[in-house]
Amino acid sequence: MDVTSAFGAALSLIFNLDPQFLQIVGLSLRVTLTAVLLAALIGLPLGALLAVTRFPGRSVIIVLVNGLMGLPPVVAGLIVFLLLSRSGPLGSLGWLFTPTAMVIAQTLLVLPIIIALTRGTIEDLWSEYREHLTSLGLTGWRAVPTLLWDGRFALATGLLAGFGRASAEVGAVLIVGGNIAAYTRTMTTSIALETSKGDLPLALGLGLVLITLTVAINAAAYGASRIGARFAG
Amino acid sequence: MLGKRTFLTASLGLVLGGAALAQATLTAPPPAPAQQQTGTTRFITVSSTTSTTDSGLFNHLLPAFQRASGIEVRIVSQGTGQALDTGRRGDADVVFVHARAQEERFVTEGFGVERKPVMYNDFVLIGPRSDPAGVKGSTNITAALQLIRERQVPFVSRGDRSGTHAAELNLWQAAGIDIAAAKGPWYREIGQGMGAALNTSGAMGAYVLADRATWLNFRNRGDLEIVVEGDRRLFNQYGVILVNPARHPHVKQADGQRFIDWLVGPEGQRVIADYKINGEQLFFPNATQPGV
Repeated sequence: MDVTSAFGAALSLIFNLDPQFLQIVGLSLRVTLTAVLLAALIGLPLGALLAVTRFPGRSVIIVLVNGLMGLPPVVAGLIVFLLLSRSGPLGSLGWLFTPTAMVIAQTLLVLPIIIALTRGTIEDLWSEYREHLTSLGLTGWRAVPTLLWDGRFALATGLLAGFGRASAEVGAVLIVGGNIAAYTRTMTTSIALETSKGDLPLALGLGLVLITLTVAINAAAYGASRIGARFAG
Repeated sequence: MLGKRTFLTASLGLVLGGAALAQATLTAPPPAPAQQQTGTTRFITVSSTTSTTDSGLFNHLLPAFQRASGIEVRIVSQGTGQALDTGRRGDADVVFVHARAQEERFVTEGFGVERKPVMYNDFVLIGPRSDPAGVKGSTNITAALQLIRERQVPFVSRGDRSGTHAAELNLWQAAGIDIAAAKGPWYREIGQGMGAALNTSGAMGAYVLADRATWLNFRNRGDLEIVVEGDRRLFNQYGVILVNPARHPHVKQADGQRFIDWLVGPEGQRVIADYKINGEQLFFPNATQPGV
């Protein structure tokens, strides 16, 4: 029905460079990229460590992390909400309804994906190069930097998966950000709001822009990793 | 392959570099909470209802207040029940809602300082043009609800403890119907905001109680229209309350009070009356009217 007007809305959003719209896109990218960065800083070493070490309860942790890849965003949002509410344990920080709260919630969502995919990738590399690395004196955690470096192209896919999950979710940022205009309103919460206002063409238009951005970022990463792989031989 | 460390993977670099940049900008313009207290951005958080946001009122009201006071107002829009809970937890400085009984309880419980009436509009019964319940043109909301129930015509309830939901439950009661006992498959509680309830009603050909402001600002009307209006029991009063600083010491008392004083003062009341869609006024200021 309104698909043509949705394309119209999307195009006019993009080409008019409406400052409000740019602010929303900017905030969405800032929040999501920050969350992916934080999750990568924590998740890459943890995932690799999980791959190269053996300890009791390891399989329990692996199953748990794999399961948490399916953590519903709304639950992640609720947990962060309860922590950051003024009546919660971290309430005095005053972070509820701020972009910081949104970053925390999204980091929580992305972290299991990065840990799990890193573990899988690094485990394969470890079984392949274990003898070689051991002969160089690299065992346990000492092998982690090398393995992460060798697996960097495969690991980038994990980061992109995390980015995709974070940029697409609406449940968590809506709860902890509050969808405050010009402050915590993202692409996805705008789409939800415009849908509820019955402005379906604008909602779908925003959706098209979001999809285009996601595809563009993935294309850039793919191209870059192709070039990188060729360079690295 | 182990020795090649000359090249930082572009793909990793892209994501990480972008994120690092994002991190830098994220910490810069929206200042951290600690800085906010010292006044780089002066703001208050107001929990309000979906109807005030979905109707577009705040887009009209808040810039005027910010010009007058220099205070930014951050609106979190929820159903009235949830908005009051946000105030109870201390996550807002001011609540601006529409369910008098709940507002007065909020104050009595000590969570709010004082409730002040601000403005009113009215509820309307929305239904499909084909009018399967045969209530179109009536000005008697309880008679209309009785017919809907009798004929088991689909009816969408907000079901979210919002002000509109509370009003709907009161109206069923006024119609002599115990809705908790009488509800069947025709009575559909969706647990969502006003706009979502209208979207759902349109898709299901159902009746729904809506506030007039949201209805007027609603774009996806399809086959829906106003079927019952003008009953004085459809009156919809909005009130504003400062969250009690005695209960939550971090509440921005001075700035929150300033917002309230502006809303109920001549300037705010005039701006509210000025808000029109297609020449139709959406909210009627009545801060000086006693007993509302």
